[in-house]
Amino acid sequence: MLRIGNAQGFWGDSVDAPATLLSQQPDLDYLTLDYLAEVSLSIMAAQRAKDPSLGYARDFVDVVKSLAPLWQAGSTCKLIANAGGLNPRACAMACADALREAGCTGKRIGIVSGDDVLPILRARAGESQFTNLDTGESLATVSDRLVTANAYVGGAPVVDALQQGADIVITGRVADPCLIAGPAVHHYGWSWDDHDRIASALVAGHLIECGTQVTGGISTNWLDVPNAGNIGFPVIELHDDASFVVTKPNGTGGWVNERTVKEQLVYEIGDPGDYITPDARVSLLSLKLEDLGNDRVRVRGVKGNPPTDSYKVSATYRDGYWAQGMLTVFGRDAEKKARRSGEIIIERLRNAGVVLEAHNIECLGAGACAPGILPEPALLECVLRIAVRDSRREAVERFSKELAPLVTSGPQGITGYAAGRPRVSPVFGYWPCLIDKREVTCTSEVIAV
Amino acid sequence: MKIRLGEIAYARSGDKGSGATLGIIAHTPDGYTMIKAFVTAEAVEAYFKPMGCGPVRRFEWENLLALQFALPSVLAGGGSRSLRIDSQGKTIGQAVLEMQIEVPEHLVANAKPIA
Repeated sequence: MLRIGNAQGFWGDSVDAPATLLSQQPDLDYLTLDYLAEVSLSIMAAQRAKDPSLGYARDFVDVVKSLAPLWQAGSTCKLIANAGGLNPRACAMACADALREAGCTGKRIGIVSGDDVLPILRARAGESQFTNLDTGESLATVSDRLVTANAYVGGAPVVDALQQGADIVITGRVADPCLIAGPAVHHYGWSWDDHDRIASALVAGHLIECGTQVTGGISTNWLDVPNAGNIGFPVIELHDDASFVVTKPNGTGGWVNERTVKEQLVYEIGDPGDYITPDARVSLLSLKLEDLGNDRVRVRGVKGNPPTDSYKVSATYRDGYWAQGMLTVFGRDAEKKARRSGEIIIERLRNAGVVLEAHNIECLGAGACAPGILPEPALLECVLRIAVRDSRREAVERFSKELAPLVTSGPQGITGYAAGRPRVSPVFGYWPCLIDKREVTCTSEVIAV
Repeated sequence: MKIRLGEIAYARSGDKGSGATLGIIAHTPDGYTMIKAFVTAEAVEAYFKPMGCGPVRRFEWENLLALQFALPSVLAGGGSRSLRIDSQGKTIGQAVLEMQIEVPEHLVANAKPIA
């Protein structure tokens, strides 16, 4: 039986979680960490533009440092993470330095690269395969503003790195569930044509790649989740027939039951009969769940089909600037006062000759998360949130100076300006498209620490 | 009778580009029969229309007692471009559970979660 844990659901998740999970569950064979969301790589691109030795999740180096004492105490748990982002090699070098500094030598670090397809997209933007999957637009409309383009690649290069003896595997845009399927294939020696087994391991990966989302986090009935402050990260017990149990370490908070597993199964799935990953097309329509009690749920019966001929590509492009500001309004007719304050900001900008390309005024507390869906309650307190976007940085900067004057010119009961002027940030548009698998070559190499 | 969807089902939502994904899970097999009949693609699309939702696709997921929905363009640009407080569709699940549905009264008791 193979034990695979996940202790990082996204870039910014609990920095203590990896070492904590491994301490709580010392018999883990693999610890996987997912760092990449749709536009994470564009943030890494901005960091790399300032310093060519960056472009990866720097938090991960601290995680490696935090695991060093456990490895030195005898743990043989292997670590797999897509923390490498745009620069897996630089990430590996930084980790190697951190391990040497900690006196933790003898580890081998695998580096998986090849997912970066930006040069291909830049050079051949007119090709129909790069058409935006959401909007149908041609890539040529944004190709001069492209920042990143990475193919969601599969688990094969992870297996390759493990076969070369890697103890730590650092990747770029390996698709999240493949970080878990990779070690499963390596451990059991499954063929990539064994689509049912691969698919089952991918479902295991899908269930744990968002960390605590399967152990009670963001549950519909979250208020009932026991000891949520001490929520445990998930662990998969995977068998050679590819059936598995989802669980979490004993003594941790949260829970794993049929409901939490179902909620995470449906998370970010399109057609459940055809969940497309780089390594298999997965059908989730035949799987069976069995709640075994004690925070254990068994999953079996997953069916898989051969993968498609293309990888999905997540590209990003520069798309102007944005900023958001908030002010709190208290008192009678709070929602009306907040909305009018927001309109005044836009009016004053217009009078100053600044017509913004896009703006949005919201009254938080009045149903802003689902605008127009639910009846707005009469409020004694709400938060004005105003967000703007424009291709001109200076226009957004002008906006950022227009909130504070309301503290004295706006409604009585307006407060909460302690955060200061809104920060102006670049906008990175998201461009999903496909690329023929034959155009992408992933490589793995291993360095010794 | 009219009930709140959240009385017989739970949910989870997320983002895919500028659209949202939404899973609605019934507590019981009778509840699944009810949501299958009354929480149609058309009903969900109409409900989220004020947010700019495009043509909704619905998938039946009977082994989970669930219905899966794809809600295109409901996030006003999505994670990177949307100016909304919820640019990533985190709250769509909670929003849909507030939906009122008209259902046969005699089915409701068997659709509620077993305490």
